[in-house]
Amino acid sequence: MSTSNHASSNAASSRETTEGTVYTVTGGDWDEIVQSAARADDERIVVNMGPQHPSTHGVLRLILEIDGETVTEARCGIGYLHTGIEKNLEFRNWTQGTTFVTRMDYLTPFFNETAYCLGVEKLLGITDQIPDRATVLRVLLMELNRLSSHLVCIATGGMELGATTIMIYGFRDRELILDIFELITGLRMNHAFIRPGGLAQDLPPGAVDQLRDFVKTMKKNLPEYDKLATGNPIFKARMQDVGYLDLTGCMALGATGPILRSAGLPHDLRKSDPYCGYENYEFDVPTTESCDSYGRFLIRLEEMRQSLRIVEQCLERLEPGPVMVADKKIAWPAQLAMGPDGLGNSLDHIRTIMGTSMEALIHHFKLVTEGFRVPAGQAYAAVESPKGELGVHVVSDGGTRPYRVHFRDPSFTNLQAMAAMCEGGQVADVIVAVASIDPVMGGVDR
Amino acid sequence: MSDDPAVENGNNVPAPRGTAGPEVIRVRKGMFGAGGGGDTSGYGGLVRTVALPGASVRPYGSYFDEVADELEGALEEQGLVPGNAIEKTVVDRGELTFHIAREHLVQVASTLRDDPALRFELCTGVSGVHFPGDKGRELHAVYHLRSITHGRVVRLEVSAPNGDPHVPSLVAVYPTNDWHERETYDFFGLIFDGHPALTRIMMPDDWQGFPQRKDYPLGGIPVEYKGAQIPAPDQRRSYS
Repeated sequence: MSTSNHASSNAASSRETTEGTVYTVTGGDWDEIVQSAARADDERIVVNMGPQHPSTHGVLRLILEIDGETVTEARCGIGYLHTGIEKNLEFRNWTQGTTFVTRMDYLTPFFNETAYCLGVEKLLGITDQIPDRATVLRVLLMELNRLSSHLVCIATGGMELGATTIMIYGFRDRELILDIFELITGLRMNHAFIRPGGLAQDLPPGAVDQLRDFVKTMKKNLPEYDKLATGNPIFKARMQDVGYLDLTGCMALGATGPILRSAGLPHDLRKSDPYCGYENYEFDVPTTESCDSYGRFLIRLEEMRQSLRIVEQCLERLEPGPVMVADKKIAWPAQLAMGPDGLGNSLDHIRTIMGTSMEALIHHFKLVTEGFRVPAGQAYAAVESPKGELGVHVVSDGGTRPYRVHFRDPSFTNLQAMAAMCEGGQVADVIVAVASIDPVMGGVDR
Repeated sequence: MSDDPAVENGNNVPAPRGTAGPEVIRVRKGMFGAGGGGDTSGYGGLVRTVALPGASVRPYGSYFDEVADELEGALEEQGLVPGNAIEKTVVDRGELTFHIAREHLVQVASTLRDDPALRFELCTGVSGVHFPGDKGRELHAVYHLRSITHGRVVRLEVSAPNGDPHVPSLVAVYPTNDWHERETYDFFGLIFDGHPALTRIMMPDDWQGFPQRKDYPLGGIPVEYKGAQIPAPDQRRSYS
């Protein structure tokens, strides 16, 4: 090949391998690649997209075999973000587990935490004892989180099509939600706020007012997405009939969430297998019959409206009360308070255990260092995350640490459908199809 | 004397299947996980067996009896003695688990999927569990099946010994298990026979060992915090 030792810095370098010529693209050198590929007279071209391509949602590697502009075969390479969270959980106590699972799918931290805690609570047999206020707040946080996750999906999906306005809008509104998360939990992401038995702490002063303001603002902002994108002919032309996966395909590949609902099946665990009292909330499950990316976009838009409805209902239901289970053998003993060096154990609590009650000190020490024991057995808890069924398989051997925790992350399962959605389509449509799956690699690789 | 318990107990009622007691997975000794040191407390002499819930007897409650009846009936229709396929049925914490003999896994799964009264259309993948103390059944594969039609969930559990870590693949029945089985192979070394391309999925292709097995160390280095050395997570005191 003539390009191997080219002087220009923009040149595509190439090397010969047993599988054919391998080109390394650095940008600005497409013409050269096309020319040498034409000279090589080899019609089969394999393109590696990622793992560091901005439009692959993190470190996802797409391996595409293309013929001209048509994708003949598509495969995913995953595992670049594997951090061994499931293994790490086996070396921490049950409460510390939330700190890890919240980092799995980092766009849906409250869903990970809730699913994990529901599993642990099932093992402990305390599902019925979780205080109402904690459950309502869990629902509230999850629905806000659904909004923020869908906003990121729509924003980044738009950006990949070149629609930067929708990206700005999406991140603008997500910022409002992250502000609320920061107010309530102290952190914008990776909260570890939902704990086995309830919540880490109660709402801070002013949170309900800010939530009401947010609902008002969001009601004003949500129609903007409709105006901007829903009827936009370019947007529709890029999205319609792209990433097609019908009901049969969804069921076979185990796809859930907006992908399944875009095929017309109104399956939503909040309705079909309610948890956290979802049966008491009024909301609709939107579906479309189009089986394509555009349908999934419409569903996400409608789900955001429904989530806002649920948030409003949560605010009405909030009654004063405890946010942690009454059983002192499980409930975290310490109250948190803001100190000069950040959030920590409240001084009142420390004064009590250090100054007045030896037994309270022992109790605190045992529960914090050792943790509580969970009776041996296994449990499966599933929640409807923005991406589909998020299932947790928790196994205990009766000890103070999880014996095994497995997350069935919806991104992981849904990403398998990429090949079925993309093969036979155009290269440019791969981006749209992957965006409509909305994979988050933190969840896929764990 | 007949070997058939139905004849033996005098009436025609079949003996309750799966009289197996709790499944012992481990024997725990001492209290604080420390060994070798001088034990002045006496707690070091504690011996406790850790057991998973054993087989349940009917009625199972909830929709579980119906599912179990339908499954057993459907298997009988196919000429399979249910007792051979279903090793035991466990109802624990409001969940139904069928322990399946691995050679019958595919048939049981396709029955659960196809029988109109069962219709477990959605498989949520497979989760591996390693019980080094469960001799002869060290590696477990756990499947959760969901019926959207009937709104039900069941769990299937199969086990394989360490020396012969083979379980039939369910990809032909539930194609969604493709990546899930690769993941379980990657982490536990369970070989799913019949999988179209069983390769590692998370770890690099040339990785040695199976990281989520209990005998595989977590690794890590001690960290210093405010002048004190905090040992690596797998070196810290374990109370279990």
